[in-house]
Formats: sequence, C-alpha cells, structure tokens
Amino acid sequence: MTEPLIEVVGLRKAFGRHRVLKGVDLAIDAGTSVVLFGPNGAGKTTFLRILATLSKPTSGTVRVAGVDIKNNPEGIRQYLGLVTHAPLLYTDLSAEENLAFYARLYGIDAPARRIDELLERVGLLHRRHDLVRTFSRGMVQRMAIARALLHNPPILLLDEPDTGLDPQAAEMMTDFLREIGGSERTVLMTTHHLERGLELADRVLILQGGRIVFDEQADALSYEQLRPTYDEYVGAGVMVA
Amino acid sequence: MKRYLQVVWAVLWKDLRIELRTKDIFTSMAVFAVLALMIFNFAFELRVPDKTMVIPGVLWVTITFSGVLGLGRAFISEKDRGSMAGLLLAPVDRSAIYFGKMLASLIFILVMEVFLLPLMVIFFNTNFISLPLLLVLFLGTLGFAAVGTVFSGLAVNTRTREVLLPVLLFPVMLPVLMAGIRATIGFMEGDALADMMKWVNLLIFFDLLYLVVAYMTFDFVVEE
Repeated sequence: MTEPLIEVVGLRKAFGRHRVLKGVDLAIDAGTSVVLFGPNGAGKTTFLRILATLSKPTSGTVRVAGVDIKNNPEGIRQYLGLVTHAPLLYTDLSAEENLAFYARLYGIDAPARRIDELLERVGLLHRRHDLVRTFSRGMVQRMAIARALLHNPPILLLDEPDTGLDPQAAEMMTDFLREIGGSERTVLMTTHHLERGLELADRVLILQGGRIVFDEQADALSYEQLRPTYDEYVGAGVMVA
Repeated sequence: MKRYLQVVWAVLWKDLRIELRTKDIFTSMAVFAVLALMIFNFAFELRVPDKTMVIPGVLWVTITFSGVLGLGRAFISEKDRGSMAGLLLAPVDRSAIYFGKMLASLIFILVMEVFLLPLMVIFFNTNFISLPLLLVLFLGTLGFAAVGTVFSGLAVNTRTREVLLPVLLFPVMLPVLMAGIRATIGFMEGDALADMMKWVNLLIFFDLLYLVVAYMTFDFVVEE
C-alpha cells in the first residue's frame, strides 16, 4: 500500500480562545483532486494555510510526502503551489516581471522558456509586458495560477480561486483547472460553488465547525445528491450556488 | 548559499523596480524631510544664535522621522496588496526575505539622505559634509534599516501598525542615534577620526547586533 502524499492527523488550530480546527484527520493520495466545501468560518482557509506552511498548527501533525511540515517547511514549500482569492502578484510589475520574480524565489534556472510556456497556457503571452494593474479580475486570477505552477509543484492548493469572477470567467477558470489537474498533480481546492467543485473533484469533503463531517468519492455523487447533503451538514439558509 | 543570495537579490530587485516605477516611498520621505527642515530652520532662526550648533540634532531627527515612513512601507505595502503570503511561500530560510527588504529600505533612506544633505547645507548656510560624517551616516542608517525592517514585519499584522512601528523602533534605536549624533558633533568640530572611533565602533557593534538578532528572529516575527 502506497503512502498518502498528504497526511493530516488530529490537526487543531486556535486563535486565542477561538478554536477554528478541532481535530482534522485526512489522507490524500497522489494525483487526486479533492474539493473541500464548507460555509464561511468553517476553517477551510486556515486548513489550507497550515498545509502551505503559512500558519502553524496548535497541535496535530501534517506530513507531505512523508515529511512533517514542522521539520522541513522550506523543503515542503517546493512541493506546493498556492492560489488564493488574493493573487499574490505585484500590480506595478508586468506579467513577465512578476513571473521572473517568483522564478528567482523558487530558484528556477533560465526561467524565460517556462514563463513563456505558462503565459501562453493561460492566454496572456500577448500581454506579457503589460502591468498587472491593467488586467481584468479573470486575467489576474489566470496569472495567479501561472505563478503557482511556475515551479511545477506536485501539489496545488486552491483557496476559492473563483471568488469575484463573473460566471463566464469562472467557467474559463474551471476549464483551465480541469486541464492542469491531470492525473499526476494532486489538487486540493476549496470553493462555495457546489456544482463547479463537483465537476473538478475525484473526492468531496465537507468541513463544518472545524471538523470534516463528510468524505465521499465524487463519482458516487451527483449535484442533486450533494446539495441536500450539504444543506443537511451545513444547515439551511447557507448561500451556495 | 547561492539560493539564499538569489532570494535576497530577487526581493531587493523587486522592491527597487516597483519604487522606480511608483516613487511612492521616496516621495513621501523626501517631502517629509523638506517640511521638517523648513520647520526646524524657521524655529531655530528665531531662537538659536548659531544655527550650526543644531545641525547634528536636526540631521538625525529628520533622517529618523522620514526614514520611519519608508520603513513602514517595507511590509505594509506587501500586506495591503496581499502579496505577503507569496514571499513567505518561498522555499528558503525567511531571513533571506528580511535581508532583501532591509537592503531595499537602506537604499531608499540613503537616497533620501543624498537629497537631504545638500538641502541642509543650503538651509543652514554651512558646508558640514565630510567623508567621516558620511561613514557615520551610513553606519547609523544601516542600524536603523536593520532594526526598522524587523519591527516593520512585526507591526504589519497589528491594527495599530503605523503607530506601533515608531513606538517599538525609537527606544531600540537610541544607542545608534546617540552614537550617530555624538560622532556627527565631533566631526563637525574638527575632532580627529581616532578620537571618534569609540562612537564609530559603537555604531558597528549595534549594526552587527541588530543584523544577527534579525537573522535569528525574523521567521518568528512574520509568523501568524
């Protein structure tokens, strides 16, 4: 039996007295696309930030490729790409300059070819010299994905990447994520959009009250089944698409 | 080590590039410095018989207060544009980010000083600039940028970040300010470099101390 790529055991996180994660246990195999649903305040972003080594757990362990993130956070970061609702880009730098900066941070030698390849893939090669501040929200989010994929990470963490996008741009984003997911990359995505999330997932989780309350293979679920299940766990009246 | 220096250079290059394009930090520091100089000049013209006596104090107070504006932006701008996490995701010891940011702040403050010194010569009508004084200014500014960049990273996650930075920074900066002002007075009065070495050595000592402490603590400083 192969070891899971991401293994989370008894993960807890508190900010002062406020307990956000109350004991999360999870194992994700390599090449799996996992979508994590949950209402605002459920702890989705905190969970992803801990996996990305941006926040430290109060207790519990997180292992990536068998390595505890507490022991080697720098090494783990090389495995990860992170896309959040904030694009982590510099609006006063051009698309090319942004990617060149991140290429230096990740120690990518001779990055010009990789930058061209990614800009072409996200459809922004013709805007390579334009400042990011001149881009639309959808273009910025595509740039954010290019940034996250620059060092070709085996794990991609996506924290509500469709936030603030109009339906057309969100649909383009879904198509793009489907394309980059593939069988080799492990994707963990949070979203409020049940139908879109289900389309991309191999496995569906629901995080509620700091715990994973639902864990099912996506091919065993239809949107019609997922929606009442989500309402049941999360409670009626929660805004979901 | 090559990877480490590559990240230091990347952060420095990025900050310089953005500043060259926007001029946000330099403009705010330079405007503040000019205003402070004008206020000091008018205030002392009325009350002090020999204005040159107040030059060391005016110089260091102007550098310190206008420098705080630049240091504050070091991490606030990253936080405001939401790019802080991008830096912290770099697969390298986070002290490399500190050194990149510190060098950028040092360059911004030094450029502001290059602009400030000739203005002071004009305002106070005396040429007090000398090579030893420039050395003291550089060492003082290095200590200022070294400790200021750490506190900028610390203050950025607080609600009162603009207020907190000077409140934290100025008490810790006192030894550097004291040594800088004493050495400036000495050089202006024509004292030999050998006589002033105790102040220069004190500046070097605190510069090294601040840099070592920053190197050792920066990872905890930016931790959530």
